[in-house]
Amino acid sequence: MIKIANVSKHYGDFKVLTECTTSVSKGEVIVVCGPSGSGKSTLIKCVNGLEPFQSGEITVNGISVGDPKTNLSKLRSHVGMVFQNFELFPHMSINENLVIAQTKVLGRSKDEANEKGMKLLERVGLKAQAAKFPGQLSGGQQQRVAIARALAMDPICMLFDEPTSALDPEMVNEVLDVMTELAKEGMTMMCVTHEMGFAKRVAHRVIFMDQGRIVEDDSKEAFFANPRSERAQQFLAKILHH
Amino acid sequence: MYEFDWSSIPGALPFLWDGMKISLEITIQAVIFGIVWGTLLAMMRLSSVKPLSWFAAGYVNFFRAIPLVMVLLWFFLIMPKFFEQLLGLPAGTDMRLASAMLGFALFESAYYSEIIRAGIQSVPKGQISAAYAMGMTYNQAMRLVVLPQAFRNMIPLLLTQAIILFQDTSLVYVSALADFFGASYKVGDRDGRLVEMLLFAGAVYFVICFSASQLVKRLQKKYHPA
Repeated sequence: MIKIANVSKHYGDFKVLTECTTSVSKGEVIVVCGPSGSGKSTLIKCVNGLEPFQSGEITVNGISVGDPKTNLSKLRSHVGMVFQNFELFPHMSINENLVIAQTKVLGRSKDEANEKGMKLLERVGLKAQAAKFPGQLSGGQQQRVAIARALAMDPICMLFDEPTSALDPEMVNEVLDVMTELAKEGMTMMCVTHEMGFAKRVAHRVIFMDQGRIVEDDSKEAFFANPRSERAQQFLAKILHH
Repeated sequence: MYEFDWSSIPGALPFLWDGMKISLEITIQAVIFGIVWGTLLAMMRLSSVKPLSWFAAGYVNFFRAIPLVMVLLWFFLIMPKFFEQLLGLPAGTDMRLASAMLGFALFESAYYSEIIRAGIQSVPKGQISAAYAMGMTYNQAMRLVVLPQAFRNMIPLLLTQAIILFQDTSLVYVSALADFFGASYKVGDRDGRLVEMLLFAGAVYFVICFSASQLVKRLQKKYHPA
């Protein structure tokens, strides 16, 4: 579904990504972790072309992201993305947030988009909030809306960029629950997150990044039981004992 | 001691009102044109297409570096000849209002574009990423996501600029156009009561602009409390 081959990216002399290679199969859930500044958010943003890269190739469902001939908007319209800071549109109601891209990008009718939006809001438990504005919702609620908004486009896969990092601790679980459910339904997911509990429960594979390189790319069992690199061992020791 | 004599004002009111209508007409069209053209300039300036960005930067820097009076005079002197030839109008057609309007519009666009550019930049980058991530094109992201938020943040500044513009319309007196200021001057000159008329005109400008800016303040509090 997603193939990342020898991807490198640099700002001037500074290397953000170095020769990253991995892939995500259909129905697979991948957790990408690593210390801050390791390039994990950059890597996931390369997947839908939000960040350009200088060399290597990324394909999503066989379509090359870096190819200038690729219609990026079309590709992105069926790759869902959830951001650290939610990025709901504050000038639109929750309902409009879910409808706008369905009508303007996919060309669905208002009624169809509305119905779809409401169904998804119900699914994330926020149907009652449809008429409110993002500013009136808690962080956890906003992120659940953001997930519903991405799902409204019927994505073939979902990218999560630290979806719980900006949340108060008591709201982390309501978001993880929605993600867990999504994973159980077989959604292909690539998640940048520090939630190791989520990784243990839900992920099939874990990718560990450090200084722009993919240092480990293993099944979650192997990764948690026996990380090969010293850097990953240190990281796990720090993150699991707090 | 100078004796004030206000008696020429009441009779002159209809003429002054005609002048006020011209002032408002110039203001309103310059605000509308300024915002539309200013938005395009701001988008060009922020564009990654270099020639567009250079053109917009050049335009804005040019108009911000010359006095408004000069621009108005240029248009007053050049435009009639130009359009007479272009449209085959009879010589001596009165184009003072049209040239004043065009001069103002082009000049004010430069200022509006700077306000709008700041407004666009005030919208967090993540918003445009989110719009792109859902498959929107640049134009859709701008029109549906960025500009509505930018304009909401900018409303007080845009209105304040409109108030300044209204005051600046008095400069059209250089083309002998009877806007509110020009009309007041003409009446005062005719009746030998220039001091009274100019004091009166000043008071009217003050009342209008002061109330308008109080209104803007209240608006600002309502939408941006804190």
